[in-house]
Amino acid sequence: MTEIYMPRLSDTMEEGVISSWAKNVGDKVASGDVLVEIETDKAVMEYEAYEDGYLVEQYVSAGDTVPIGAVIGFIGETPDAEAPDAEGAPAAPAQGSEQGAEQASEQAGEKPAETAPAAPAPAADGEGPARPRTSPLARRLAKEYGLDIDAIEGSGPKGRIVRADVEAARDRAASGAPAAAPAAAAAPAAAPAAQAGTEDPRGSEELKVSQMRKTIARRMVESKQQAPHFYLRRTIDAEPLKAFRAQINEQLADTGTKISFNDLIVKAAATTLKAHPEVNRSWEDGRLLQHHRVNVGVAVAIDEGLVVPVLHDTDTATLSDISARTRDLAGKARDGKLKPQDMSGGTFSVSNLGMFGIDSFSAVINTPESAILAVGAMKPTPVVHDGEVVARNTIALELSVDHRAVDGAVGAAFLKDLAEVLESPMRIIL
Amino acid sequence: MADTAKPKGGGTARNSGGRRRTRKDSAPKIADEQPKVLLDYYRQMLLVRRFEERTAQAYTQARIGGYCHLNLGEEATVVGLMTALKDEDYLFTNYRDHGYAIGKGMSPRHVMAELYGRSTGVSKGWGGSMHMYDTEVRMLGGYGIVGGQLPLATGAALAVSYRGGDEVVMCQMGDGTTNIGAWHESLNIAALWNLPIVFVVINNFTGMGTTVEMSSAEPELHKRGSAFRIEGVKVDGRNVLEVRDAAADLVERARAEQRPFLLEATSYRMKGHSVVDPAKYRTEEQVAEARDTANDPVAIFDKQLSDAGVLTDELREEITASVKEEVADAADFAENSPHPDVSTLFDYTYATPVANESRRMPADPVFAE
Amino acid sequence: MSVITYRQALRDTLRAEMLRDENVFVMGEEIGVFEGSYKITEGLLKEFGEKRVRDTPIAEEGFVGAAVGSAMLGLRPVVELMTINFSLIAIDQIVNHAAKIYGMFGGQTPVPMVIRTPGGGGQQLGATHSQNIELYYSFVPGLKVLAPSTPADAASMFRAAVRDDDPVLFLENLGLYNTKGEVPDGDESVAEIGRAKVTREGTDITLIGYSRMAMVAGQVAEQLAEQGISVEVVDLRSLRPLDRQTVVDSVRKTSCAVICEDDWLTYGIGAEIAASIQEGAFDYLDAPVRRVAMAEVPMPYAKPLETAALPSVESITTAVKETLDAVGRRVG
Repeated sequence: MTEIYMPRLSDTMEEGVISSWAKNVGDKVASGDVLVEIETDKAVMEYEAYEDGYLVEQYVSAGDTVPIGAVIGFIGETPDAEAPDAEGAPAAPAQGSEQGAEQASEQAGEKPAETAPAAPAPAADGEGPARPRTSPLARRLAKEYGLDIDAIEGSGPKGRIVRADVEAARDRAASGAPAAAPAAAAAPAAAPAAQAGTEDPRGSEELKVSQMRKTIARRMVESKQQAPHFYLRRTIDAEPLKAFRAQINEQLADTGTKISFNDLIVKAAATTLKAHPEVNRSWEDGRLLQHHRVNVGVAVAIDEGLVVPVLHDTDTATLSDISARTRDLAGKARDGKLKPQDMSGGTFSVSNLGMFGIDSFSAVINTPESAILAVGAMKPTPVVHDGEVVARNTIALELSVDHRAVDGAVGAAFLKDLAEVLESPMRIIL
Repeated sequence: MADTAKPKGGGTARNSGGRRRTRKDSAPKIADEQPKVLLDYYRQMLLVRRFEERTAQAYTQARIGGYCHLNLGEEATVVGLMTALKDEDYLFTNYRDHGYAIGKGMSPRHVMAELYGRSTGVSKGWGGSMHMYDTEVRMLGGYGIVGGQLPLATGAALAVSYRGGDEVVMCQMGDGTTNIGAWHESLNIAALWNLPIVFVVINNFTGMGTTVEMSSAEPELHKRGSAFRIEGVKVDGRNVLEVRDAAADLVERARAEQRPFLLEATSYRMKGHSVVDPAKYRTEEQVAEARDTANDPVAIFDKQLSDAGVLTDELREEITASVKEEVADAADFAENSPHPDVSTLFDYTYATPVANESRRMPADPVFAE
Repeated sequence: MSVITYRQALRDTLRAEMLRDENVFVMGEEIGVFEGSYKITEGLLKEFGEKRVRDTPIAEEGFVGAAVGSAMLGLRPVVELMTINFSLIAIDQIVNHAAKIYGMFGGQTPVPMVIRTPGGGGQQLGATHSQNIELYYSFVPGLKVLAPSTPADAASMFRAAVRDDDPVLFLENLGLYNTKGEVPDGDESVAEIGRAKVTREGTDITLIGYSRMAMVAGQVAEQLAEQGISVEVVDLRSLRPLDRQTVVDSVRKTSCAVICEDDWLTYGIGAEIAASIQEGAFDYLDAPVRRVAMAEVPMPYAKPLETAALPSVESITTAVKETLDAVGRRVG
């Protein structure tokens, strides 16, 4: 005839203990009779019957704990009425179901079967709580906001957690309020500043998000969340590099090719990587991959964002080749004509913000690569040279390294060699 | 814009130079014909015969897939009809179309390649046995749906009439087709609108296994145009000269008078409905009749030409050898032609490129992230 | 800018296309002397003569097939089928021939033709004359199926259909012929086939419709705006190809969707849209996608039964409110 559910008897109650049964199996029950005493997180409460009949089954014994909404007993029309098996007994949602349970307790006398419907809930044998009902959007947002979806109450049909619930929980968390404040859950429409269309005190406007923006956002979060970065810094004496570049460009004057500092650094990085294969690796899904090709990516800023075209086999490419390919790829990047193969297969990246006068910076690794070299501006710096303080051009290098694949000493040895190559630049091409 | 069917450039092996008779003439006599023309017909008939035999063989060797319907026993009809058409005339046929495709001017190589499903096939491997098509020679398709070609052919004749053109459309079909709605609708429209089209019914006395008497309340099929006041003529499909003369007469009258005609050609299907049909529904008598060399159009013509001294043993040997070589060459060509590249899968869904056309492969997600 | 009816927009555009290209001709039942069952071809016989305005016998398979054949030779027939219900008699020529000829013969011959035909219930025409079976054709690669909902779209999409080299089924609707809308004066725009359109922007929920139901969806949006509900309306316009991206982009924005369709629900066009939404916007959905569709019965004649069977402003509003309720936006 009707199931008896573990009622919600306090605002913060999630489960209850059967303190004692006031009626035994077979007892006549009249509406208003105390059926069972239930211990909540706050007190022991009497729970009354809403129906006339006979208690024909107690599914949960005194002393046992079950979540809100679990079936604890059954009232039949006759003393020998058949109660459904506990396994097959309909059960209300266990988690995030306060509202449903509330309704159930309010309306139990009328049509409890509808307000406490069959949902994936704990079996009476006390297995773990079922997965809460959530909308896909709510699930995604909870993950994005770093909220535990199990701790959020659902206000939707059958206790479904919807966006409004997640946003309310986020706002409560931000304001320090208890995460599962039931008052807020009961009136989700009133959640502050969560609804679309509400006035934003920052005078904000939502911009269209380009696919590239989305990709950058996703990849950067992945990198920072998954790859434990450590950073190594070293400043190099750039005078030899400057002289070397001048000499090369003089020789190339007729060809129209002009080698940039960045070309030299890219080539030096490739040469050094070849000598340090332990840096030319990736940690991917629990596997350590050794790359036998050296493919250096060059970060290029474009209007819509940032792309990293890849110079494949950088170690075997000549400087003028690197120069030409870099110019070509950068042009394609700005024209939006890069093909997927132009951006895939990188094993190491170089990011150069020297043109903005940046001294040095810490770059985010372009995973699954293991390291990225951040190159600062070349600028005159007082340094001790041959025992005297003189002004010399220097460049600050900073290497960001994924500690899953490359350890500190390994990275340091690489950066040391790279610095030495750049300071004896003939080694770049030897 | 459809730039359909310019007359094909250059000559072909087939001869359209045979002299035409008027319908008043008596039955054609071998003696009145040029030997060169007769030998050319003979060669074409033998080519269809050997081509179809090779096709049956290739089918059993699993080089050819799908359905496969042969023109064996229909050679005189095929050659007689095709000889009656001018290059600029249009042809629509049913699915029993290999011989017609060759007769209208497609090369055996590319017809065989189509049967093999190769990219060098006349329909680039998209059509197969039932769907030979070549705008160049104005063969606008074999069609697999019985009766499907009738409204199309009628519409082609409408386009000719709309433009005041001089072309005639020939629409070939089997006997069973005269019972389908499209037959009645098309003949009615063709007659109402005075369209230059000749409907040709190949009556081999059986649908797949159903006889004409079982399916048509008027088994004299050439009379079935009378409901639309379309003149119908019946001809013995075993005799290439009779078919040619009857067809040429109707084609030229359709051209001159701008109205439709109906031709019924009786012929024998030497094999089952298709390669895989054992034709067990035929009585022994029917089989014997179909196989009787007295009903074999190639044998009949061979004897006529031999009796008249046109076909000598040497010539027969020479023609047989050259046909054999041509068919072998066609099979070799097909065998050595490339399969269509899977990358071309979406090339022919639409003639005008269109936004959001689906190009997903079976396991692809609808939205690739 | 002039305000004209959907009927007028079609008539003007058809006439203009006939003037523009002498390969364009119209054929169908009662389109000449009778000037069309729904008067789209009014005046054309007088202006263009019998050659280009061709009354046909009652033989849908025959004359639709003849149109296909004439298109194979480069004419551009515009065929009128009196209602889409009668297309079933011609379905072999549409599906097995018009849709196949270009591909089946390896791209040798395009079939540039248009089949104009109205669908729609609500006129007490009973079971065989009130169906919306555009789905049958939308299912078939090789066909293009357009379903404009406004006079302006009727004009620009009809122009596109006539000038396209593929067979186009151009779906009209008895309930739209008398509706009015703005059409730019001297408009020569040619719509891009295969594109849906966001006809009203909103943030709370997406309503998706085509043909008459796109118009009804717009009416629902208008009414709900007064109650503070911001409804986005997507008019599919092209049923094949189907512009899933526009639908999904909208649902990603609003997180909720209700599909309005004049056909039967089971296996209907809404089913395809809903499937596309779950695939393209799964992580953005805050509520199950709802479909509002015709009751699954042969359409009855009696007015109260017919009215009850058809989707309406009221039934769509109900579905919208229930969906918004489920995400914590109590309405009305």
